[in-house]
Amino acid sequence: MLSYLDRLEADSIDIFREAVAESERPVLLYSIGKDSSVLLHLARKAFYPSLPPFPLLHVDTTWKFREMIAFRDETARRLGLELIVHRNPEGLAKGINPFDHGSARHTDLWKTQGLRQAMEHNRFDLAFGGARRDEEASRAKERVFSFRTAQHRWDPKDQRPELWRLYNTRIGPGESIRVFPLSNWTELDVWRYIERERIPIVPLYFAAERPVVERDGVLIMVDDDRMPLAEGEVPQRRLVRFRTLGCYPLTGAVPSQARTVPEIVAEMRTATTSERQGRVIDRDQSGSMERKKQEGYF
Amino acid sequence: MTQPMAMAQGDHAGLLRFLTCGSVDDGKSTLIGRLLYESRLLHTDQLDALAADSRRHGTRGAELDFALLVDGLAAEREQGITIDVAYRFFATERRRFIVADTPGHEQYTRNMVTGASTADAAVILLDARKGLLDQTYRHTNLVALLGIRQVALAVNKLDLIGYSREAFERISAQYREFAAGLGITEVACIPVSAVEGTNVVARSERTPWYEGESLLEWLETARPRDGSPTAPARLLVQWVNRPDDTFRGFSGRVLGGTLHRGDRVRVQPGEQESVVERIVTMDGELPAAPAGSSVTVVLAGELDVSRGSVLAAGPPVEVADAFRAHLVWLDEQEMLPGRRYLAKFGARTVGFTAERPRHRIDVRTQAELPARTLRAGEIGVAHVRIDEPVAYQPYHQDRDLGSFIVLDPLNNRTVGAGMIDFALRRSANLRWQAVTVDKQARTARNGHRPCVVWFTGLSGAGKSTIADLVERRLHGLGAHTFLLDGDNIRHGLNSDLGFTEADRVENIRRIAEVSALMVQAGLIVLVSFISPFRAERALARGLVEPGEFCEVYVGTPLETAQRRDPKGLYAKARRGELVNFTGIDSPYEPPTDPELRLDTTQGTPEQAAEEVLGALRELGVLGTDRTTPGNTY
Repeated sequence: MLSYLDRLEADSIDIFREAVAESERPVLLYSIGKDSSVLLHLARKAFYPSLPPFPLLHVDTTWKFREMIAFRDETARRLGLELIVHRNPEGLAKGINPFDHGSARHTDLWKTQGLRQAMEHNRFDLAFGGARRDEEASRAKERVFSFRTAQHRWDPKDQRPELWRLYNTRIGPGESIRVFPLSNWTELDVWRYIERERIPIVPLYFAAERPVVERDGVLIMVDDDRMPLAEGEVPQRRLVRFRTLGCYPLTGAVPSQARTVPEIVAEMRTATTSERQGRVIDRDQSGSMERKKQEGYF
Repeated sequence: MTQPMAMAQGDHAGLLRFLTCGSVDDGKSTLIGRLLYESRLLHTDQLDALAADSRRHGTRGAELDFALLVDGLAAEREQGITIDVAYRFFATERRRFIVADTPGHEQYTRNMVTGASTADAAVILLDARKGLLDQTYRHTNLVALLGIRQVALAVNKLDLIGYSREAFERISAQYREFAAGLGITEVACIPVSAVEGTNVVARSERTPWYEGESLLEWLETARPRDGSPTAPARLLVQWVNRPDDTFRGFSGRVLGGTLHRGDRVRVQPGEQESVVERIVTMDGELPAAPAGSSVTVVLAGELDVSRGSVLAAGPPVEVADAFRAHLVWLDEQEMLPGRRYLAKFGARTVGFTAERPRHRIDVRTQAELPARTLRAGEIGVAHVRIDEPVAYQPYHQDRDLGSFIVLDPLNNRTVGAGMIDFALRRSANLRWQAVTVDKQARTARNGHRPCVVWFTGLSGAGKSTIADLVERRLHGLGAHTFLLDGDNIRHGLNSDLGFTEADRVENIRRIAEVSALMVQAGLIVLVSFISPFRAERALARGLVEPGEFCEVYVGTPLETAQRRDPKGLYAKARRGELVNFTGIDSPYEPPTDPELRLDTTQGTPEQAAEEVLGALRELGVLGTDRTTPGNTY
């Protein structure tokens, strides 16, 4: 008999194979976080002994934690996979950052527009992503194979019915499909799987002494000298870890003692906050994720 | 009561997938929100957001509105309804759950079917004040059709009728009788108030007369629909795995039972047999792979295996290309019998046509109603045909090998879902008689190639006039021709058809088949029909070989055609005496890429006929010498 995790794994592998068999130019959106690490691990399993037949794409914002970038490059090298890094030229030219331009504009330009540029430039027709239905209310409604128009839009009111394990992958010119093999995984499943499979993850997930400042009740790590400090604001070294990773100015740390995966799992069982809580972008207003998705955000 | 992040985190905990359905306002979202809340699986920030949302959008005044946990889309908050299936996850000490929360709105039936297709069990809600409604029957019907045999009927809002035992028992008796008729053998009727939490998680003092389980207890004991360990294994091949010249494996999913190294398997469709040499995974080779696992298999010997093949251990699965099937139509555009669709069976996508439904199922009474077509949300039974045989099992035996989806090749929408009842014939019996007098032999004798010249355009465009002139010219050249014309065919072969969209499709389908036979007979077939739909013309084109189809678009502006009005039909249509008239109240889809476009506002019909002959020469149907058809090979 298959255990619960075995079944999740088999389902995800099934999705990977189906997507690759029915697309011309697939790509894996690699965001360096724990979900991406699990996604990549499953992709390797799905095609073994072949290597995954697609490149990794990282849509960079130039504001990621330094440890994330190092981990990204090391991972691609270790696994022998092609890595495409895209940075929105407009973001570079205008020096877009979350401090001067706000998190909404920062996210839209670097991530939403950046992803669209990368998809079009490389003519990718199918992109794997690590989104899970348990993350956020609008994601609970996502299909596993999610259709995007040539304008990259997602229409929640007109999704393709998705029955059994029969996925409709047909698209017209310029259109694309986003595929979410982790749709039915929960945050805890992801951690248990990382533990079971010994999947390498960015060290930021583990508790360590890090320099942080507290802003609006969120602990922000000062990852480099680009971060403007307020009058009298002094970074404190505190024992913290991250439940989710993104741009360092927009990602809150949590006080924690958990230095190993089993300790993280144990901590999670008593957790009283959800994982996206540290994400500053989600809280602009209720419904914001849904709107970002319609505009083409992952 | 359960604990926070309750157990069931054990890697070996079971999983139950269930769906909830009911009409709008029955309280589904509230019920699921309550299950999540009572299982204490909500985090404090989610609770804070819920409290804030409840104040802003809620319908419960100062209380928490649990529905808001589940209705995540802004549009739903505006409308106060659930518009799409949402997936939720929770766990108790005994089990993990994936809930598909499906909308009760009539036009969103398709989402319910989506949720039901992967569910082990169903929870159907109704409002105790309203009793059984059409939606209740419809949902139960769909649930039964999709093979779910365990249903809980949550009789909700009982608090609003003073927890009336009598009302509850009347509804329960009615429902049990209906469900039994559908083969749903395990029905639990549970008196519930989602708002007050009655009998949701634990049994309540408010219904001392009720002795059954609470809803959550029932869910904890329902059985998952797993494959049976003793059933024969089948591997559905999704991908041929060739990292280099030394390795050729077949990646796919094991269905039915356990696949063992050394198992003898048959590659289906087909007769080849082989032995499983290795079962390969990244974690090492396996002696056996249970149902549900995704593996890569290496077979002994060189075999022709491709995506969509089924490797069957034990008794072979069935293979066929024509079935009787239950169809659930999902698209706003009705099913058009005879229209060419695509269908995906397992890992194979093939051309697909459905005949006119044998009947439609009345969801309320189970009556079999006559039907010419199926509309969105309707269920029917029809004979369907596909281009090439597939390996299958009847749906009631195997969900994976017995299901298919129907796709529209023009807009790529998923328009239908089907379940195979049985094959209409074994494919083995379907072999074209190998004839010695074939098309080539006839071409040699005739001195020209066969071809369909398909004239399409509005009524009054001049199709018949031009086709008639073309035939005379061809006849003069010694070519063997035949003219099929809209009016004379409708008096005979198609005298049973009217002018509804479905009938027009069938009309053209028959013409297309007749033309294809005439091409087999070596003729140049001139077809003069309005044929307003691109898909039907594509079907006709697909029935003959490349180079044997010449689409001629007789282009005339609607105003010109109306002015000519040779048969007085436009005048009638405008007076409302004719319905479904192309150009007036029925659409015409002009060809995007015809072999020839004629503009009848310029030049004479004779000149147009010469242009057609020129096109036939270009296609190589006629020789280039202008006096004889010419030998063309």
